[in-house]
Amino acid sequence: MENRIKNARPHVTRNEGLIFERSSPGKSGAELPPLDVPAVSLEDALGNEFLRAEVEGFPEVSEVDVICHFTRLSTWNYSIDAGLYPLGSCTMKYNPRLNEAVARLDGPATDHPYTPESLAQGCLKILGETARCLVEITGMDAVSLQPAAGAQGELTGLLMIRAYLEEHGRNRKYVIVPDSAHGTNPASVTIAGYEARNLKSNARGCVDLDALDRAMNEEVAGLMLTNPNTLGVFETEIEKVCQMVHARGGLVYMDGANMNALVGVARPGEFGVDVMHLNLHKTFSTPHGGGGPGSGPVAVKRILEPYLPAPVVEEADGSWRLNHDRPRSIGRVRAWYGNFGMAVRALAYILAYGPQGLRQATEDAVLNANYVRRRLRDLYELPYDAPSMHECVFSDRRQAARGVHTGDIAKRLIDYGFHPYTVSFPLIVAGAMMIEPTETAGKAELDAFIEALRSIAQEVEEDPEFVLKAPYTTRVSRLDEAAAARKPVLRWKP
Amino acid sequence: MLEATGHTSIDELFSQIPEALRLQRGLKVPGPLSEPELVEFFRQAASQSARDYVSLLGAGAYSHYRPVVIDTLLSRGEFLTSYTPYQAEISQGNLQAMFEFQTLIAQLTGMEVANSSLYDGSTATNEAVLMALRLMRRKRVVWARTLHPEYRRVVETYLQHQGVELVEVPYAATGQIDRERLEAAMNRETAAVVVQSPNFFGVLERVHEIAAIAHRAGALMIVTVTEPLSLAIVKAPEEADIVCGEAQSFGVPVAFGGPYVGFLATREKFIRQMPGRLVGQAQDTEGRRGYVLTLATREQHIRREKATSNICTSQSLFALSATIYLCLLGKKGLRALAEQNLAKARYAAGQLCQVAATELPFSGPTFNEFVVKTPGDADELLEELRQRKIIGGLNLVRFYPELENHLLVCVTETVSRAAVDRLVEAWRYFAVAKETLVGG
Repeated sequence: MENRIKNARPHVTRNEGLIFERSSPGKSGAELPPLDVPAVSLEDALGNEFLRAEVEGFPEVSEVDVICHFTRLSTWNYSIDAGLYPLGSCTMKYNPRLNEAVARLDGPATDHPYTPESLAQGCLKILGETARCLVEITGMDAVSLQPAAGAQGELTGLLMIRAYLEEHGRNRKYVIVPDSAHGTNPASVTIAGYEARNLKSNARGCVDLDALDRAMNEEVAGLMLTNPNTLGVFETEIEKVCQMVHARGGLVYMDGANMNALVGVARPGEFGVDVMHLNLHKTFSTPHGGGGPGSGPVAVKRILEPYLPAPVVEEADGSWRLNHDRPRSIGRVRAWYGNFGMAVRALAYILAYGPQGLRQATEDAVLNANYVRRRLRDLYELPYDAPSMHECVFSDRRQAARGVHTGDIAKRLIDYGFHPYTVSFPLIVAGAMMIEPTETAGKAELDAFIEALRSIAQEVEEDPEFVLKAPYTTRVSRLDEAAAARKPVLRWKP
Repeated sequence: MLEATGHTSIDELFSQIPEALRLQRGLKVPGPLSEPELVEFFRQAASQSARDYVSLLGAGAYSHYRPVVIDTLLSRGEFLTSYTPYQAEISQGNLQAMFEFQTLIAQLTGMEVANSSLYDGSTATNEAVLMALRLMRRKRVVWARTLHPEYRRVVETYLQHQGVELVEVPYAATGQIDRERLEAAMNRETAAVVVQSPNFFGVLERVHEIAAIAHRAGALMIVTVTEPLSLAIVKAPEEADIVCGEAQSFGVPVAFGGPYVGFLATREKFIRQMPGRLVGQAQDTEGRRGYVLTLATREQHIRREKATSNICTSQSLFALSATIYLCLLGKKGLRALAEQNLAKARYAAGQLCQVAATELPFSGPTFNEFVVKTPGDADELLEELRQRKIIGGLNLVRFYPELENHLLVCVTETVSRAAVDRLVEAWRYFAVAKETLVGG
C-alpha cells in the first residue's frame, strides 16, 4: 500500500549524539572574570579528607557545541508552538512570551527568598495579587501558592481536611476517589495517611449518587473529585454530592485540573467544594517546559483557612508581609513560598485577559472541544453521550475491531504532524482517546486535525497493518519500552 | 463553528451547569491590560526589590552568574512549550536532555543513577527519607540539627500521619554533626541518617565517618546537598546510599524561592524504589538509539495508591537549565568557579574575623558560606549594612535560638572584592561604635 505521507530525508540535525560524545579535553564554554581576591590553595583549605580530584566523565565542550547540540535536540521535540497539542487534561494552550519577559525582570528574577520584607515588597505584592485573583476566580476564601504542582496541592488539601476533622473530633480512615480519577489522587490519599476507597462511576461516567450514598459514612473523611470530570463532563449533581458528604461530616476536595472549562463561567466555591487546587501550568498558561515546572496552589473555604501552609502572604496598611505565626497550619510542603516564577506568569496572564478575556477563553475552549467532538463522532465511538465541556473522550472500539488501538492511532497521528491526544486515560473508558484542543487553537488547525483523524479512520478500514507500524516520519520509530525496562540504562558511561 | 456543533448559542454549551451555579457577573479581577501596560505593572513591582543591593544571602538559594546562552536555548519553543515525553518519538530532545541531566547528577554525586528531577531540594530530601523508610521497613529517622530548617519542616509535614519518629542530633564545636551523640542516637529501628553537606552553617560534614556509623546500625545514609557547586572540589559522598538536593545553583534564577530543581541519586539496587521520572536508553525497530520514560510501574499513573510517590509534573525546564549550565562550564570551568567561590568566602571570613568582637564560631571547613558572631546586636548590624545597600546575611536566631547574634554569610563569585571590603568597613565601623558605647 502506498505511503500517504512522504518520508523526510536524512539530515545532519537528526544524528546528534550525547553531549559527552562531543566532549574533548581542554574545551570550555564559559569564561570566568579574573579572581579579585587572593587565591586559596585547595589542599590547605580542604585537606586530603575533603579535596576531590575531579568530576570524572564531566563533559568539556565549547559554547558553539552547546548551542548546536541543544538546538538539534530541540528540533526533535513537538511543541505547542508547532501546532495543536491536544493532550486531554493537560490544557496545552499558548504560552505567552510576555510572561517570560516579565518573569526575567531584575527583582522578580533575582530577589532572594530571605530578602528582608521591606525590600521585597514587589515580590510579595505579586504573590498577594495572584492569590487574590485566584480567590475571586475560584469563589473560595483563601489561597496558598506554596504547593509546587497539582499533586502537591492535592496532598496539601488532604492534610488540611484531616487537620480540620481531627480538631473537630472526627478521626476518619477513608477518602472516596472515583474510578475516573487521575492517579495522583489516590497516591496523595495514601501519603495523607488515609485509605483510598474506589467509587464506581455511573453509566454517564459521573458520580453515582446511590453508590456515594452507600459509600459515604462516618468513617470517611471526604470525597476527592474532579469537575468537570476526567471525561470532560460537568457533574451536574455537584451540589447534591457536596451536601451528601457534608451531611455525614466529611469534606469535599476538588481536583481543579479542568478549570479551563469554568473560569469566568462558574466558581467551585459556589458548588459546595471545601478545598481545591489549581494547575497554573494548565489553566493559567505557564509553560510546560518538557514536563515542568508546574504550580499547584490550593484554594480553601474559610473553615480551612487556619490550616494553610505557612507562611501566609498578607497585606496591612498598604504593605505586604509574610505571616509565620500560624499555629494551626499543617506545616510546609516545600521550602520558601512556592513556585514564585509561575505566579508571575499566571498573574500576567490574568491581567492581560481581564474579566471578559478570561470568560471568552473558557467559552472558546468549550466551543473548540465540541466542534472536534461533533466532526468526529461518526467515525469514532463516543463512550458516553453526556455533553463535553473543554475536552472530549472517544473510545477506539470501532478501530479495535480491526486490531488497531488508541495507541496505534496516536502514533499515526504523529505522521500527520500533530501531537497525539491522551492515550488510555481515563481508565473507565476502554481504549480512551482524550482530546483537549484549548481555546488557542484556531479553526484551520482544528480542521486539519479533524481531517487527519478522519483519514486515519479510513486507513484503519483499508490497511490496518500500515497504521500499526506508524510513525514513519519521525527521527526514531517505535522504541522498545519493554526491553528498556528489563535492563534499565539510565546514564551514559564512557 | 457554533452551528457545526449543533448549538444555537454559546450558553447552550454550558447547559450542564445548573443555572443557579452560573456566574451572572464578570470576575472582579483587574485588566485587561495591553502589553505595554503589563510591562509597566511588573516594572513597578520590580522597582520595589533588592536589585540594587549587594546580597550575602545563601541558606539554600545561591546567586551565581547565569550565562546568557541558557535563556537563549530555554526560550526555544520546542523546549519551553513541549510537555511530558509520553510520546517518545516526538520528544527525543527532552528525553535525551534528561538522560544527560541524570548522567551529570550521577557523576557529580558519585552515585550510580539519578532521576530526571523533583520539585526542589526540600521535597527531594523528603522523597529520600520516604524511600529509605520503604526500603528498610523501619519507622525511625535520625537527622542533623544542621539540616536546613525548612527542609526538616517539609519532612515533618509529609510524615505527620505516618507514625515515624524523627530524632535530631545537635552539632559540635566544629559546626559538624556531633558524632558521639549520633552514635548514641542510633538503634536497630533507624531507617536512615540524614545530614546536609555543606550543612546549613556552611560547614562540610565528614560523610565517610557518618556513613560508617549509619551502616553499622543497619541504617541507610542520606546526604542532601543544597549547594552542589561544592561538589566540583569537594569529594563526592560516595559512601551514601542516597544523595539528594537542590540544583538551583546551576543556572536557575533565585526568583524569590522558586521554581527550583531537586535531584535524587542512588545506587542501582534501589532503582525500583526511586520516586520521580526516569529516562532510559532504548532501541527503535531499526536498532537506532533513543530514549524513553521507563520503570513507570513505580509511578502514580500506574500504581495509583501504591505508587512510590504522588509526583507527576517535575521540573524538566530547569533540569535542562542545569544541564546546559554544567555543559557550558564543564569539568574545568565548574572547578574554577568553585575555587573562586571558596577564595571569595575565605577572603571575607578572614577580613571579618579581624574586626573587634567578631568571631567565626565553627572550626570545620567551609565552602562559600560561613557563620559569624556579630559585635553587638545582629539585627542592628544588618540595619546598618542595609543603609549601605548591603544585605549582610541571615540572622540565625530565627531558626536557632541558641545562636543569638550570629549571621550566616554567603559569598559567591558574584560578590566583588570591593563589595566585601565595603562590608568589612561597615562592620568595623559598627564594631567600633559598639565598643565606644560599651567602654563609655
